[in-house]
Amino acid sequence: MKLTSLLASAAMVLGLATGAVAQDKTKVGFVYVGPVGDGGWTYEHNQGRLAVEAEFGDKVETVYVENVAEGPDSERVMTQMALNGADLIFTTSFGYMDPTINVAKKFPNVKFEHATGYKTAPNVSVYSARFYEGRAVQGTIAGMMTKSNVIGYIGSYPIPEVIRGINSAYIHAKKVNPDVQFKIVWAFTWFDPAKEADAAKVLIEQGADVILQHTDSTAPQAAAKNAGNVITFGQASDMGEYAPMPRVSSIIDNWAPYYIERTRAVMDGTWETSNRWDGIGKGMVKIGEISSAVPEDVKAKALEVKEAIASGAYHPFTGPLNKQDGSAWLAEGDVADDGTLAGMNFFVEGIDGEIPQ
Amino acid sequence: MDLSAINPVLLIASLMVAATPLLLAAIGELVVEKAGVLNLGVEGMMITGAISGFAISVETGSPWLGFLAAAVGGAVLSLLFVVLTQLALANQVASGLSLTLFGLGLSSLMGQSYVGIKPPQMADVHIPVLSDLPVLGPILFSHDPMLYLGVGIIAAVWALLKFTRVGLILRAVGENHDAAHALGYKVVRIRVLAILFGGACAGLGGAYISLIRVPQWTEGMTAGVGWIALALVVFASWKPWRVLLGAYLFGGVTVVQLNLQAAGVAIPVEYLAMSPYLVTILVLVILSADKSSAPASLGRIFHASH
Amino acid sequence: MIRLEKRPQPSQRWSMATPLVAVLATMLFGGLLFGVLGTNPLLAIETIFWEPLFGEFSFYYRPQLLVKGAPLVLIAIGLSLGFRAGIWNIGAEGQYIIGALTGAAVGLAFYPVEAWYIFPLMVIAGALGGWAWAMIPAFLKVRFGTNEILVSLMLVYVAEQFLASMSLGLLKNPEGFGFPGSRNLQQYESAHNADLIANSGMHWGVVAALIAVIFAYVLLNRHMLGFQIRLTGEAPRAARFAGVRPARLILLCLGISGALAGLAGLFEVSGPAGQVSIDFNVGYGFTAIIVAFLGRLHPVGILLAGGLMALTYIGGEIAQGQLGLPAAAIQVFQGMLLFFLLALDLLTNYRVAWRKPEVA
Repeated sequence: MKLTSLLASAAMVLGLATGAVAQDKTKVGFVYVGPVGDGGWTYEHNQGRLAVEAEFGDKVETVYVENVAEGPDSERVMTQMALNGADLIFTTSFGYMDPTINVAKKFPNVKFEHATGYKTAPNVSVYSARFYEGRAVQGTIAGMMTKSNVIGYIGSYPIPEVIRGINSAYIHAKKVNPDVQFKIVWAFTWFDPAKEADAAKVLIEQGADVILQHTDSTAPQAAAKNAGNVITFGQASDMGEYAPMPRVSSIIDNWAPYYIERTRAVMDGTWETSNRWDGIGKGMVKIGEISSAVPEDVKAKALEVKEAIASGAYHPFTGPLNKQDGSAWLAEGDVADDGTLAGMNFFVEGIDGEIPQ
Repeated sequence: MDLSAINPVLLIASLMVAATPLLLAAIGELVVEKAGVLNLGVEGMMITGAISGFAISVETGSPWLGFLAAAVGGAVLSLLFVVLTQLALANQVASGLSLTLFGLGLSSLMGQSYVGIKPPQMADVHIPVLSDLPVLGPILFSHDPMLYLGVGIIAAVWALLKFTRVGLILRAVGENHDAAHALGYKVVRIRVLAILFGGACAGLGGAYISLIRVPQWTEGMTAGVGWIALALVVFASWKPWRVLLGAYLFGGVTVVQLNLQAAGVAIPVEYLAMSPYLVTILVLVILSADKSSAPASLGRIFHASH
Repeated sequence: MIRLEKRPQPSQRWSMATPLVAVLATMLFGGLLFGVLGTNPLLAIETIFWEPLFGEFSFYYRPQLLVKGAPLVLIAIGLSLGFRAGIWNIGAEGQYIIGALTGAAVGLAFYPVEAWYIFPLMVIAGALGGWAWAMIPAFLKVRFGTNEILVSLMLVYVAEQFLASMSLGLLKNPEGFGFPGSRNLQQYESAHNADLIANSGMHWGVVAALIAVIFAYVLLNRHMLGFQIRLTGEAPRAARFAGVRPARLILLCLGISGALAGLAGLFEVSGPAGQVSIDFNVGYGFTAIIVAFLGRLHPVGILLAGGLMALTYIGGEIAQGQLGLPAAAIQVFQGMLLFFLLALDLLTNYRVAWRKPEVA
């Protein structure tokens, strides 16, 4: 096999793959898919990195490379970090999955943490956040507050992560408001604030008075503000500058606790491969403050849902639930297993429209 | 599917907003190309304008000063292009592409402390009576002032090119710089001014995105509008009013495809998302009967010695 | 007063010296920039230019230069032919995407059969895919006289949407738990464009790029078509009198550049990238335009320019990781390098002379 490559052996000979032994500082690398100034996904990962620095001070050294394209570029950046003595490397985009596994094979003594993927190895863990738990809270608020009964949803690409969010929001909006209808617009881009603004405007013009977004810019917030009586939710970061109206709450990606925990595990020598999917309970998903624009009863109901999910008493995907085509999915009282959720590629019953294939 | 959900009046009003950044950048580039210069750095100048405008309007609290700064920012960046192509006689295509690369980097450096800030808002104009008219009110009389300025610039460029001596000289320089030089016109000086104008317009277009259309600062937020603007100039066969038409068409197709999606029309979404580009190509083929062609000296290097 | 005088012939000496002067000037101004940003300028410059080539880990970075440079060179060679003839293919990025899609689709269609002929078929499909995508602007230009800059550029965005659709639909990995992206071709031996010598970075794409350089050199210097291309670019009217058929030239130039871009896409998707995914394309098609001009549209120049671009990319990443420089600073630095290279090229063709102003 080519795996016992020249590269690995050369690195071994130089004693660099075992950098942790040589230096007393723990070196943690972060590979980012966007710029740290994107105000969303990468911005929040970088906040996590800063939290690690704040927590451990002199005992840790962090490095990062931003705007790293998926594929060979990411593989090179990870290798570069490992060669330079990183002990732990966080790779923060789904597309880094195979590159992470490739590089991890060459550096058995370096620990890797891959966000949102599913492939693990003895030195590769995966982690992700149960954002759909936050969507359940949003759905509840949205369902109770909508007057037009039309809720607009801006999706990026039709991937399981986004579909899961739509389903969760829909189920909980429907639960509190049986007449609710979802209008879904796919932007087919990860990042184009102007297009997000257009999408939000279109949804508002077509009668939506609640906008949910699975894109990271504040463009929909601004569009809602101009329209007046439309509410929105912050995505990825709090977007508190638009509170109390139109932003009435938010889902915040909070990676700091996990990053600190895993860094500590490497320092203590207790790091083991794991597959973590944390939600509101563990604090990986934070619900931003519910603003004063939300009536008390709605707020109470939303907090109730949040608490039930946080304590584990309630799972957002609890039967009876049917798939969009009417076929049975979950029987009364059953909860969805993580495998189905992770690869979710269907809408639940009641949602109009098809998932683009 | 529920097509009745689409409100044509609002649709037209929002496509005008969607088209404005494109329109501003394209009319600037049109003047540049009329002078015989091809500047592919529009995206870079736009994003520089976007952050310059954003930063200044946040610092001063005035969107107007922001737009002024955006125009200055775009023009200053285009000065680099001037140095390269007019003084150092470098290849224009490569210089323009490099300018985009540089502008994208520079803007993110400038913008690092402006992430997650809300800029001051520019109020929409409200003209008593007119703005309240049904149909015409929302379409024609209820936009932000910059949108009207964009249309105004188009009209001004049109008038300038068609009726004035300056326009005549500009076109002469673009058609045949050697002849223009022989007639005693300062070819380089005219081109420099045209490039600066193009930079300022691109800057305004960028700031329209960061201050009005989105409004927010994030790195790389112009997301390719500059390239579309370049295409638009060709599309418009270097005619100002066609720039307006093309921008509205392009913005319109984008807004319409989102509208169709929201209304649940059963066309696969990815094909809807392609539609603005496909429609542009289609219209181009239809317009190809019109043989008015590019300025003859477009992209050619001028040096007075030969 | 400073005046520029056109040299009767481009200066050989300056054409060698200007790239060096440009790199030095970039180091100076780039160093200033890094200094302002609070990084040791000497260290930053050393990291970008020295580390990948001669640093501690150059055994890893040198092969990576080939991986990064090969697609740039391959695409730029194709583009340069058209550019010389005044045919502007700005849409290589789209042809790159389509080549990767068609090539990968052929490979995936055979999965899991292992056979020697699969990879050659993928190569042909990739080239054909890129060629076909480039034929759209070519055909429209020949038939309707539409502008190829516009059409090829628009088709980049269409190709991007197509790529997303394929990653989410037809080419999605059936065993990928519903996540977007195709099977990984690196794990499918018959379809894998592996290093020809392990860890050398020498995959078929690098070989193809080198062949393309030689091919283009011979074409331009020894072949009738090369002469026609040069003639059309330098004197379009004369070219007509010399019997050059513009339509044929348009179809050929766009076709060749499309096929080469498609090949680059295929070699990338089956090798270093491994899979079709929504964000498969990373701008090689646009960067290659710069590479083509930096290389002055000359095959050997393009080879060197591609290497230099690859060096700044890889060195830039190292500088980010080691010194904490933001990606934006590297971009600005690259921009400066391009500016200086372009601006100083002046000295090759012109002489700077100091003269008294002429008396009017």
